Amino acid sequence: MKTLIKFVAIAAAFGLAPVSAIAQEAAPAAAPAAAAAPAGNAAAAATDAAGDAAATAAPAPLAPTPGLGQPDGRLGIPDQVSTIGHEAAWLNDYVLLPVAVGISMLVMALLLWVVVRYRRRANPTPSRTSHNTVLEVIWTLVPVLILVVIAIPSIRLLARQYSPPDADLTVKVIGNQWFWEYEYPDNGVHVVSNMLEPEQAAERGEPRQLGVDNRMVVPAGAVVKVIVTSNDVIHSWGVPAFWVKIDAVPGRLNETWFKVDRPGVYYGVCYELCGPRHGYMPIAVEVVPPAQFAQWVASQGGHLAGQAPAEASASAAPSNSAESNPAATTAPDNVVEAAAEPATSNQGATR
Amino acid sequence: MTDTTANEVHFEAAHGHEAHHDADHKPGFFTRWFMSTNHKDIGTLYLVFAIFAGIIGGSISGLMRWELAEPGLQHVQHWATLMNHFMGLPDATVDEGRNLWNALVSAHGLIMIFFLVMPAMIGGFGNWFVPILIGAPDMAFPRMNNISFWLLPASFVLLIGSMFVQGGYGLGAGTGWTLYAPLSTSSSHGPAVDMVIFSMHIAGASSILGAINFITTIFNMRAPGMTLHKMPLFAWSILVTAFLLLLSLPVLAGAITMLLTDRNFGTHFFDAAGGGDPILYQHLFWFFGHPEVYIMILPGFGMVSQVVATFSKKPVFGYLGMAYAMVAIGFIGFIVWAHHMFTVGLDVNTKMYFTAATMVIAVPTGIKVFSWIATMWGGSLTFSVPMLWALGFIFMFTIGGVTGVVLANGGLDVAFQDTYYVVAHFHYVLSLGAVFSLFAGFYYWFGKMTGKMYNEWLGRLHFWVFFIGVNILFFPMHFLGADGMQRRVPDYADAYGAWNHIASIGYVIMAIGMVFFFVNVIWSLIAGRKAPDNPWGEGATTLEWTLSSPPPYHQFETLPKVH
Repeated sequence: MKTLIKFVAIAAAFGLAPVSAIAQEAAPAAAPAAAAAPAGNAAAAATDAAGDAAATAAPAPLAPTPGLGQPDGRLGIPDQVSTIGHEAAWLNDYVLLPVAVGISMLVMALLLWVVVRYRRRANPTPSRTSHNTVLEVIWTLVPVLILVVIAIPSIRLLARQYSPPDADLTVKVIGNQWFWEYEYPDNGVHVVSNMLEPEQAAERGEPRQLGVDNRMVVPAGAVVKVIVTSNDVIHSWGVPAFWVKIDAVPGRLNETWFKVDRPGVYYGVCYELCGPRHGYMPIAVEVVPPAQFAQWVASQGGHLAGQAPAEASASAAPSNSAESNPAATTAPDNVVEAAAEPATSNQGATR
Repeated sequence: MTDTTANEVHFEAAHGHEAHHDADHKPGFFTRWFMSTNHKDIGTLYLVFAIFAGIIGGSISGLMRWELAEPGLQHVQHWATLMNHFMGLPDATVDEGRNLWNALVSAHGLIMIFFLVMPAMIGGFGNWFVPILIGAPDMAFPRMNNISFWLLPASFVLLIGSMFVQGGYGLGAGTGWTLYAPLSTSSSHGPAVDMVIFSMHIAGASSILGAINFITTIFNMRAPGMTLHKMPLFAWSILVTAFLLLLSLPVLAGAITMLLTDRNFGTHFFDAAGGGDPILYQHLFWFFGHPEVYIMILPGFGMVSQVVATFSKKPVFGYLGMAYAMVAIGFIGFIVWAHHMFTVGLDVNTKMYFTAATMVIAVPTGIKVFSWIATMWGGSLTFSVPMLWALGFIFMFTIGGVTGVVLANGGLDVAFQDTYYVVAHFHYVLSLGAVFSLFAGFYYWFGKMTGKMYNEWLGRLHFWVFFIGVNILFFPMHFLGADGMQRRVPDYADAYGAWNHIASIGYVIMAIGMVFFFVNVIWSLIAGRKAPDNPWGEGATTLEWTLSSPPPYHQFETLPKVH
């Protein structure tokens, strides 16, 4: 039932987004300028209103979709939207959950059996058996085999998490008591993100305790490298729908990544106790079609990677998706790499 | 291989404890309870202390569930104002309220670990029964035993006192029981965190002294014929636990001493700006913290083994496997600590190692669960209250164990780290595991310790209400955590409201169950029927059942011989 509702909700979200954003492999490398490629009617309205200054007007923020990217009181993990998330969800739902439930049921069944079959009334004379080497070897080796079966996909998942494709966009996330900052080092954009007060959240149609004033915006289909650090105490940047969580540690640059194809608003929170307002520094990541991302970057006074700031309004091409070939107007992927690689802590060594 | 357990038939001195009655002279009240060198009296002190601390720690969790019952901040600011007024301070701000929440979370964790589970299991049942189970007259170092206990109230006073002094953002140390730097250093001004650190120093010293005492006692004071491989499993579990304490607590002491000097003397062990590393603290803390987890559960394994054997009227199945499974769990417990740190930025090889090593723990744990079932298999089971708790323990611990296997996977733990899924996991192994085993041991030995039998009917009521309550309390936390709800917050997104409300109802049910427990204890002490030497019949084969209930003040002045 819930799945059905979710499908409807997701379909509604897609309705607002251009088709090219969903099938991102079709996104042209040299897209028209941002003003010509508005994402959805709302964005178009915003752009029109801005007139000549189209490139500097912020696109209308996406509305959050119920059941996607935010908690809904369900019985399991959130719908995953990242490539890693799909694999992890499979491992959780189809390997570990059945094993966990199965073992629990087995132990419960055995307990019920001995309780019924060997209660005093049913079995007045106890046996004196206290050893059975074959049995003991079996219940040592069978768990070992089960663990090996679990370990193979588990280790593979770990390896995938640590072997990201070349990044299309780098965002530096900085934890503070008690808000997040998002720096786009290749785009000249800096966003400070604070939680919305409950009244503001209600006004904007955002969930209480999760809505923020300024979201982290990234293009759909792009491999986003996230470099995380902190200015004060340890925080943890986590977005459940991406299967991403990484601690923000002062003096360290931690790195993780995600690639999300489905536009939408995905919420997260700080996951490491960081003081009285630990529960009051949520995260909102807005995944938008590439064209809209370009428009957003321009509206923040930034520029796309590889372009001088002045050129931003002249040719605000969308950021590349992973599959598309970098065009002359956009930066080759390795520019992003070069900018970020030297600073990426111990995790870079495992690539 | 047939005579590995110490059975009643092996004991020569099993009869005629009347001979000891001249040894039953007890000193006066003050000398007996405040200057005690008697292992049974010190065990009683530990148990009374643990129950007292447990009431406080459990009440704190009640406050937490009260706040969490509805989305939004309802009570913490008001409570912080009450505390401020108590200390002569003005009304609390909302941030002081939120700080109080963090202080409550920290105090709940520390109290339940250091002042309920550890004192009850090791200090209480360990002191009471390890000497008896191995046929010794007392502990090896009776006066050190006394100081081990009396350090604890001092430590507890410091911890409770920390709630009433400044911690940086209000009264109390809002750092969590883990005291992670730099939250506990540069972000917590005021004496609260220092008091918590001293409290942990003293509690740690207490446990180290206790551990030395147990190791010495078990290695040197076993009765003739009581070889290690005939020793009852509870004594085995305390032996392994004592080694874990002895090897892990000094690391904690070092880590929190470094915190102390970082806070007060300008060192930079954990300060990146001074060349230190906040993650170093986490490595040191969890090198202690993970063995600590097994310190809290291993004595429970021992108690459950003996309870299951007693009420199945069968010897423990696979005794040697059970003993060495505990040794294996203890050993592996030292080499898996970084699975508490899967999101700090470990490199991929480290994560793979800690994933694999952590999953290995499931093997000895599985041996134990299957051996308990095999002990019952073919037995003649009676379901007295201790057996109910032991059965509940086996099932609940299994559920906590399988979610542990899920969490062991570094790739999956990314999503579950620091969510309520973890909270559900460790409450299933501790609140439904360790605490169930404590109740099993308490009912099992209540008659032996007090000379009065508990009320069977109240005991069953306590079990069933508590069992239902804690499951309603903790099972929904799996759902909350899977859906991403973070730990240690007084307020949460509205979507988490329903399950949180149900969890809070579960708390109330659990608390009602505890009322039956206290009524039972008080009623039984006043009007309980006299406990026989062995109320459990032929299944109870260990040495304590050869003594009177309660045992003479000094038992085994003539050592029993075990064949």
